[in-house]
Amino acid sequence: MTGYNLRGMWTLYRHEMARAIRTSGQSIVAPVLTTALYFVVFGTAIGSRMATVGTVDYGAFIVPGLIMMSVLTQSISNASLAIYFPKFTGTVYEILSAPLGYGEALVAYVGAAATKSVIIGLIILATAFFFVDLHIVHPVAMLGFLVLTAVTFSLMGFIIGVWAGNFEQLGFVPMLVVTPLTFLGGAFYAVDMLPEPWRTVTLFNPVVYLISGFRWAFFGQGDVPVLLSLGMTGLFMVAAIAAIAWIFRTGYRIKP
Amino acid sequence: MTNILSVQGLHKTYKSGVVALHPTDLDVRKGEIFALLGPNGAGKTTLISLICGLVMPSGGHVAVGGQDHVKRFRDARRLIGLVPQEMNVDIFTTPMRAVRLTRGLFGKKPDDAYLEQLLRDLSLWDKRDARLIELSGGMKRRVLIAKALSHEPEVLFLDEPTAGVDVELRRDMWKLVHRLRERGVTIILTTHYIEEAEEMADRVGVINKGRLLLVDDKDALMARMGKRQLIVTLQSPLAALPASLDRPGLALGGEGTTLTYSFDSHAGDTGIADLMRALQAEGIAFSDLDARRSSLEDIFVDLVAEDRSRAA
Ligand SMILES: Nc1ncnc2c1ncn2[C@@H]1O[C@H](COP(=O)(O)OP(=O)(O)OP(=O)(O)O)[C@@H](O)[C@H]1O
Ligand SMILES: [Mg+2]
Repeated sequence: MTGYNLRGMWTLYRHEMARAIRTSGQSIVAPVLTTALYFVVFGTAIGSRMATVGTVDYGAFIVPGLIMMSVLTQSISNASLAIYFPKFTGTVYEILSAPLGYGEALVAYVGAAATKSVIIGLIILATAFFFVDLHIVHPVAMLGFLVLTAVTFSLMGFIIGVWAGNFEQLGFVPMLVVTPLTFLGGAFYAVDMLPEPWRTVTLFNPVVYLISGFRWAFFGQGDVPVLLSLGMTGLFMVAAIAAIAWIFRTGYRIKP
Repeated sequence: MTNILSVQGLHKTYKSGVVALHPTDLDVRKGEIFALLGPNGAGKTTLISLICGLVMPSGGHVAVGGQDHVKRFRDARRLIGLVPQEMNVDIFTTPMRAVRLTRGLFGKKPDDAYLEQLLRDLSLWDKRDARLIELSGGMKRRVLIAKALSHEPEVLFLDEPTAGVDVELRRDMWKLVHRLRERGVTIILTTHYIEEAEEMADRVGVINKGRLLLVDDKDALMARMGKRQLIVTLQSPLAALPASLDRPGLALGGEGTTLTYSFDSHAGDTGIADLMRALQAEGIAFSDLDARRSSLEDIFVDLVAEDRSRAA
């Protein structure tokens, strides 16, 4: 009887997805609208003066960054809320008392959060085709980066959700850390457009590697080599998993 | 195997430093109704939460159905249903979705016929698609019970099932508990009330300040604890107890206006009839009669005193 509780994991995953589908209006319309606004303001207004970055049309150039920005924030907010809310209402007792391994619970929560943000990422991509001419050089790698980023940031969201003691803290990290890092991560410019020392400082921003890798998948060139992007993303993921393993082992803020 | 639950040396000190449970041993027999009796803060919820995996143990072992609750937690937890003390519900879900979720989380195949019967038994069928926010407190509590039973557990934990529940729901709850017992489900419940333990349980564990003071068959316990007091309010005060009234357990108090008679309610002859006759013979008139059961507080005082004298 021991084995794994795959049915339990699948049930939790579906439960999380169902919740998102019931509120799909909010969860999809908002990011799509925001992104459309970005296209209008940055792509059209600014782009008309900037024409191209390297060989790429500016309107197209910002697409990977815009998608990444939504995927990062969505992953974090989806995953953090998914674990924070049951903690807040007390319904987490049900997950803790179920015959569900930590890995199983994590796959369900993070999997659902990542699925949602990948879907939103793809919807934004579809929206982008309405505004700009896009040709994706490495579509499979593009999808791979999208999924990898969604999973990594959902893991980080999960940590934030466990750590947060109130709703302010829940909103704090995405607002004060992720959004600035994304803005400064090259969503709207190429890193080598910056003067020194900012160009070097930027290389300490983890989001640079994500956006760069993603941009490479779109246009065949990024700010840093694609393998470095891949390696860094993998590193964040491993760090997040290690932190979560520690959380589960010690019961940190989940089990008194 | 006769013990469905076996707890050994289980203890818990919270991060705040509160020792909520001192090292505790407890065996619960398969198919029995076991009541954990204790006042607020005794450690009842802590003990249950440790067993169910909601609280990190500071030490000790638990086996459910012979399965270690850490090494083989999946097998152990599959057997357990938990109705928490707090009203921990997702107010946006519906009773039907709630029971399906729990059943799935416990790895059980969907069985809508079983879930329908369950919701009908708990008078929730008509409300199966209503959001919980629209349900009354008693209904929400029933949803929690339905969730705990949705995966057909062998052991059901009921943490204060009757707190804040009206008489009717309380009666329904008793019926449900007895029906479950007939099906062979072991039930472990917590309560503040001796009456409740007496009415429901086969065995009772008395817990106070994180210590399980004793575990005994209900009848044996009630015989020990079953002291009652008869309080007689006199019409006019007495200066002293007349010799004809003098007997063990009778005391004059309230400045001569009350007689307090302590007796054993489980004894064949409680001595009440005799006392009444003696009062009549002395021509002592009384204005009121009141009977009291020894309170939980009295019992703890007794038990702790007993504990001390045994230790001494
Ligand atoms: N999460 C926690 N952190 C710190 N202390 C706790 C925690 N939960 C309970 N305690 C403390 O542990 C002790 C036992 O509490 P517990 O909830 O187990 O009592 P109880 O017997 O269930 O009481 P009640 O009848 O009021 O439900 C109390 O002193 C309580 O304050
Ligand atoms: Mg309690």
